[in-house]
Amino acid sequence: MGYPYPSHPKETPVLSKHFGEVEARTFDGWVARGGYEALKKALAMTPEEIVAEVKASGLRGRGGAGFPTGMKWSFMPKDDGKPHYLCCNADESEPGTFKDREIIRWTPHALIEGCAIGCLGIRAETCYIYIRGEFTEPWHILVAAVAEAYAKGALGENAFGSGRRIDIVVHRGAGAYICGEETALMNSIEGRRGNPRVKPPFPAVAGLFGMPTTINNVETLAAVPVILTRGSAWYAGLSLSSPKSTGSKLFSVCGHVQRPGTYEITMGLPMRELIYDMCGGMLPGRTLKAVIPGGSSVPIMNAADIEDCPMDYEGIVAHGSMLGSGGMIVMDDTTDMVYQVMRLARFYADESCAQCTNCREGTAWTTKILERILAGEGKPTDLDLLLSLADNMTGKTICVLSDSCAVPVVSGLQKFRGEFEAYLSGATAPVTAGV
Amino acid sequence: MSSHAETVHDPVFVGDTLAKLEALYPKYPTKMALLLPALWMVQEARGWVSEGGVIEVGEKLGLTPAYVRGVVSFYTMYHTHPVGRHFIQVCTTSPCNICGAEDVVKSLLRHTGCGELGATSPDGRFTVVEVECLGACGFATPILVDDDTVESVTPENVPTILARYP
Amino acid sequence: MTVEMVSVTIDGVTVQVPKGSNVIEAAERAGVVVPHYCYHPSLPSPAVCRMCLVEVEKAPKLLPACVTQVTEGQVVHVHSEKAIKARAGVLEFLLINHPLDCPICDQSGECELQDFQFQEGQQKTRFTDFAKRYNPVEDFGHDILYVPNRCILCTRCVRFMGSVAEEPVLEVYERGDRAYIGLDQSQRLDHEWAGNVVDLCPVGSLLSKDFLHKARVWDLDKAASICPGCTQGCNMTIDTRDEVVVRLRPRPNLEVNRHFICDTGRADYRWMNRGDRVEAPLVLDSDRIRATDWDLALDRLAVLAAEAGPVVVLAGGRASCESLGWTMRLVAGRSVVAAMQVPQGEEVPLAAVPNLALRADRAANLHGARLLGYRADWSSAMGEVAAASLVIVLDAELTDADAALVAAAPQVIQLATVTDPRLHDAQLVLPITSMAEEQGVYVNRDLRAQRYLPARSAPGMARPAWWVASQGWALGAEGRSAPATAAEAFAALDAFDGLSYRDLGLTGRVLATATAGVAS
Repeated sequence: MGYPYPSHPKETPVLSKHFGEVEARTFDGWVARGGYEALKKALAMTPEEIVAEVKASGLRGRGGAGFPTGMKWSFMPKDDGKPHYLCCNADESEPGTFKDREIIRWTPHALIEGCAIGCLGIRAETCYIYIRGEFTEPWHILVAAVAEAYAKGALGENAFGSGRRIDIVVHRGAGAYICGEETALMNSIEGRRGNPRVKPPFPAVAGLFGMPTTINNVETLAAVPVILTRGSAWYAGLSLSSPKSTGSKLFSVCGHVQRPGTYEITMGLPMRELIYDMCGGMLPGRTLKAVIPGGSSVPIMNAADIEDCPMDYEGIVAHGSMLGSGGMIVMDDTTDMVYQVMRLARFYADESCAQCTNCREGTAWTTKILERILAGEGKPTDLDLLLSLADNMTGKTICVLSDSCAVPVVSGLQKFRGEFEAYLSGATAPVTAGV
Repeated sequence: MSSHAETVHDPVFVGDTLAKLEALYPKYPTKMALLLPALWMVQEARGWVSEGGVIEVGEKLGLTPAYVRGVVSFYTMYHTHPVGRHFIQVCTTSPCNICGAEDVVKSLLRHTGCGELGATSPDGRFTVVEVECLGACGFATPILVDDDTVESVTPENVPTILARYP
Repeated sequence: MTVEMVSVTIDGVTVQVPKGSNVIEAAERAGVVVPHYCYHPSLPSPAVCRMCLVEVEKAPKLLPACVTQVTEGQVVHVHSEKAIKARAGVLEFLLINHPLDCPICDQSGECELQDFQFQEGQQKTRFTDFAKRYNPVEDFGHDILYVPNRCILCTRCVRFMGSVAEEPVLEVYERGDRAYIGLDQSQRLDHEWAGNVVDLCPVGSLLSKDFLHKARVWDLDKAASICPGCTQGCNMTIDTRDEVVVRLRPRPNLEVNRHFICDTGRADYRWMNRGDRVEAPLVLDSDRIRATDWDLALDRLAVLAAEAGPVVVLAGGRASCESLGWTMRLVAGRSVVAAMQVPQGEEVPLAAVPNLALRADRAANLHGARLLGYRADWSSAMGEVAAASLVIVLDAELTDADAALVAAAPQVIQLATVTDPRLHDAQLVLPITSMAEEQGVYVNRDLRAQRYLPARSAPGMARPAWWVASQGWALGAEGRSAPATAAEAFAALDAFDGLSYRDLGLTGRVLATATAGVAS
């Protein structure tokens, strides 16, 4: 549902069905809504059967990369004698994204159940849920829900009397965007600086504490119980477009729309419908100028780009951007694009872990140039310089934070170059009318 | 490159806090993994992470002070100097920015008496800082007052919100 | 055990390298230098500087050569246009906050940032009109200064202290472009091996206070040497400026000391520059000491040696195999007790490197001495002094008690770098070179025989002790001819498996006696 607004007819509420229902946060309330049936079912299944079911559903990682979940699980070794770990990435920090927050706040047991099933699928006994430090309220709710799940026997050394051990530990971050990167997250759990690690080795070989590890996003894991109860075929059938983009997906929409919120739609819904019908369109008297459809790390789209763009992995790529995390930022004609690109660059400069030269220096330098342009002190060569730096920051570092900083710069310049040039030619106020 | 002085460090990990830390040991295969939780406990007890706290955590977990300090300084939420009684974090990243977050910041600075970001109000009541994305972009502008998320803050409703934090 | 080899082609040169090698190592085999900063062969690779990006065929992106393992048939282009452009970009980023204070920077001339910038960088910066990052210089304690403005965050120092010394007192503090290397205010960088971070630092960010502003490195003369401080036998370089030793640095030897030396060894060079040296042979004539020439001194030496009854030889721990061996030959046939002085200290290992420590036995050539018939039991040798007709002191540093015993001996010969006023009755004081002024061989605790080369010229008439002893020996009988060179002096000794200087090279050879299990 379009929390905090009532469900819209065009939504497909699966994960968000119980958003806003306080009782759903409790164990009993969750059971009353059909909860924990999936976990009981999974406890009677082999890991292979669980993985096969998830594979068949077509579920793809909801954190941003869109990697097929079942395939990821199948990379985990069998009979290697080592402890395996599941990490749940609840470090939702991508600007524009706030869908996982709602899952944790309203349906924590859906996540707990998904984590438990994930453990069974990858032969792990322990799942660490890494939740960002700023999520204070979701953290309190999740910790309480986990304690209740233990008290009710769903977790612990004998989950639902199955003789199987499943532990869930909630680990709180402390303020670092980069900890949403999977290997940085593992370092952070281990008590280190949140520096991304060089790959290989990949987590399935040597991840958390050096052991085989799978890491999944909150929304991904929360979708697993419903796949088990309603069947992979049902889930895979939820698609309006590409057979490669299945299921329902939460989109958190923010910015200049009438009803910002978290909307759950079937993959393939036209972007226009999401913005103009479900979110109520733009604020009165304003027109749409730009959309960042998948969190701040994906290319900025302009009004023309979104016209016939379907909301699925392939469709958004075909229209010049990416589905990413599903965090959609909508900007209207009052937006100063140069300023917003600077804000995004500054965000990445603040969050760079400092390991790779290109990122550490490049994000800060890029920000300085954009600030100079905004201050009316830009140089004629600055736009070319920005693009050149963006090139030096793309595809050259351990993780993609540096690339992510380059994305809004390059796409911003591509789509809204006129606004940059206006600043260079001495405009004192932002030119916000568009290209 | 400096940190604030602390007269004498009174150990944090005694009694209940020590028990709370020790209860975490079985949940992780290494002691080092308790670093973030331990630092949170120090901050909860003292309001900030002092040099004494860094050394104490290091001793508890078998880590050097430099190592602990390196970790502390990586994460923005650990305070390395004392802050006001109520710590206010305002999101000013793009989604909130385009919805007027910077005016919220101005209003907060004015009504708390902090004057500038990072400073503590003369009465010691508030410290206001700008943070990057709080993950509540649909509710612009969200702020965190201590552990409470307050959504849809506007320059106008700032005084009402502040009144709840004496 | 055979090592599996793979064939890779780097900049058109095909080489065979062991499986598991990284591309930097493979390129080295192919004679290609891949520019790098964070990579160091004795440290774990974090792949953070991004300077070693190279193009690997079939890989979609440029890859860091330091962590990319070679695969069979791999084709690598270190100097493709794409790779060079990427590295130029990294150099530009590294330089935006790096001060251009090379004229006052000690690293200048041996700075890897200078080198690679000269090689591959752009001439002009595009980082104009912005202030550079500024942080004040910090005293890290002991011998080390940190100049954060020059730091390129390669983290070699952090990894050395953490992964090699296993005392993680350095850490990256803060993040983004605010990051710097931090040392906690409650700590100092005073680990016995900490000085290595100065050598590891590719730029002038970590500096030795001892060497600070002493010399421009291009004015230095460098000599391959062996640390005389203990039985480890770390390979080192002696740097001199105008005949004055100004710095000791580790010289890589993967089997002895990798790339490291301890701070005790590093700091122990001031004696090499002592000004109060014996510069001419001194003879005692009717209670008067007078300087003389070598002809007369050597005649005296030959006579004293020939006429001697029981002999005691007291050698200092820095005496070369050549000197020890020829001194023994000089008095061969007599009843001889010979000992080497071995000061004792605490053993301080470098945690993560097997078989590397500052050793408790603080005498470089103890094991060479043993092979040549010297004992380590100093006090038992001192016990023989009273019964000796001749005592030869080979640059040993005597205690007052020892000196009193020696002074009471009928005949005393000093082969010395400096005079010992307590032995004013010595019949002969012969000026010898210090190890910094001669060639020689030391045998370390693993019975590795290693050569050291002269770093400065000998003062006055000083000669290597082996030359002095062998000349005296040659005069002792008809038909003897003394070795003309150090190489000959070494080759003539029996204890070394017939090895020559050439065989030893500059990284030494383990003696067969060691492999046969004779050594203890």
